[in-house]
Amino acid sequence: MGKYLDIFVGWFGYRLEDWALITFGTIANVLVVALPVLLAVAMIVWVDRKVWAAIQIRKGPNMVGPYGLMQSFADGLKVFLKETIIPAGANKFLFLLAPALSLIFGLVGWAVIPFGEGVVVSDLNVGILYLFAVSSLAVYGIIIAGWASNSRYAFLGAMRSAAQMVSYEVSIGFILVTVLLCVGSLNLTDIVLAQKGVSLGIFDGYFFTGLMPMFFIFFISALAETNRTPFDLPEAEEEIVAGFQIEYSSMSMALFYLGEYANIILMCGMMSILFFGGWLPPFDWEPLYAIPGFIWLFIKMFFFFFCFAWVKASVPRYRYDQLMRLGWKVFLPISLLWVVLTSGYLVFFGKLAG
Amino acid sequence: MIAALCFYIFATILVGSAVMVVFSKNPVHSVLFLILAFFNAAGLFVLLGAEFVAMILVIVYVGAVAVMFLFVVMMLDINFTELRKGVQDYLPIGLLIGFILLVEMVVIVGGWSMTDGIATTIMAPTPPINEVTNTDAIGRILYTDYIYLFQLAGLILLVAMIGAIVLTHRKRPGVKKQNIGDQVRRRRAQAFEAVDVKPGEGIV
Repeated sequence: MGKYLDIFVGWFGYRLEDWALITFGTIANVLVVALPVLLAVAMIVWVDRKVWAAIQIRKGPNMVGPYGLMQSFADGLKVFLKETIIPAGANKFLFLLAPALSLIFGLVGWAVIPFGEGVVVSDLNVGILYLFAVSSLAVYGIIIAGWASNSRYAFLGAMRSAAQMVSYEVSIGFILVTVLLCVGSLNLTDIVLAQKGVSLGIFDGYFFTGLMPMFFIFFISALAETNRTPFDLPEAEEEIVAGFQIEYSSMSMALFYLGEYANIILMCGMMSILFFGGWLPPFDWEPLYAIPGFIWLFIKMFFFFFCFAWVKASVPRYRYDQLMRLGWKVFLPISLLWVVLTSGYLVFFGKLAG
Repeated sequence: MIAALCFYIFATILVGSAVMVVFSKNPVHSVLFLILAFFNAAGLFVLLGAEFVAMILVIVYVGAVAVMFLFVVMMLDINFTELRKGVQDYLPIGLLIGFILLVEMVVIVGGWSMTDGIATTIMAPTPPINEVTNTDAIGRILYTDYIYLFQLAGLILLVAMIGAIVLTHRKRPGVKKQNIGDQVRRRRAQAFEAVDVKPGEGIV
């Protein structure tokens, strides 16, 4: 705090009140995280399209800027200049609120993601619960959009999405519990530090290796939670045109995309932090620590995003009953069983932390 | 000062949205105001330092229960003006029930008496917030002193869940379902028949 005070004395020539300082400091912190996330979203859309194109032996976006790097910005400018059309029968306020909500819930989760030891906007004691809460809120943007549009297709998309996201949240919850049991803390920094000395967060012979099946279930649940292929039923083009987005145009539609991709990168971040050691280097070897932690985190997140894009390009869409069967009859029992096995193992061998 | 400001903001929005839950014309708006109320209640819990309860409130109520409410309310096709026609007729009896409930609550609170040992229980030290996180503290008390009540609550929920399934589950005849085992066991002979069609005769 003292450091910030001195900075402000230097800038403004007088001391700011404490509350003003806290407010400005918080806003600055938030911007330092939120702006790069938005930039990352723009770039990751380009990566997504490039990977998708490469798998289909196409070139992908290659016209705007070097290697088509500026494509997302060109698209952004285009949608920004278009007209926002609000259907006559729509509930105007909720119709405009929904895309904003979906972006907000995509961004607020980043508040607790640690980019290094102590490099985090808010080091919550219950960080992982916060992330879980935020990811469960993402459904509101979609469900409100579907209802406010006053269209059958949009409404069907919203219903599908609500049921799907609530179903997969259950198994995600149990997966988080297994990780928590091993670590003994709800704080994300503690979760990462508990994986120190564990190569890539996997290979230490015992419990982190035992969490690997949970990682795969988490990965698939994350696909369902973010409405990615093969679980993109809420916006299935062939069945319900574009689902909840059907009535949206210009910037309001772009906000949905931004929110969706922000959520996807957040999920990639969660996977890196929970299972692959977050900002820690892949091997506990001194020279690797010379590279800043956030770079390791970015590399891991990028790898998981590549897997997301890979899945999108190569897997056909699930049917709705299959989706529900997978969530409730396969993932839920397995993750519940794994909670019992993990806690039994930890208690039996006296490894319970805390 | 920021804490006080936050408290008044959260509290005002909480009370305001709670009122709007009752007075909104459209039930979907009511549910959305209910969600806003939950959210602000969670904010108040955070201000109290009870971050665990705040997060659980958001996860359970906002993330799951309210989604289900919204789900059901959005699917109902109700004519609201029709529904509000009888308000005048039912107002006296509604007010009467409200008044009886109020009287009952006053009687209960008025007749409230503390047990003898309450002074020592209140004086018992709660762990300081900066030493023990409240997740830890709740866990320690919930799984020791209140373990039977906790298990009982779980059992009640289990019974409720099984009850809901039993009441709503029905076997529907004539529904085609995918049986992966059957599909895999199917051989060519069951699926394919070669018919030698003679010219000019066709298949009868």
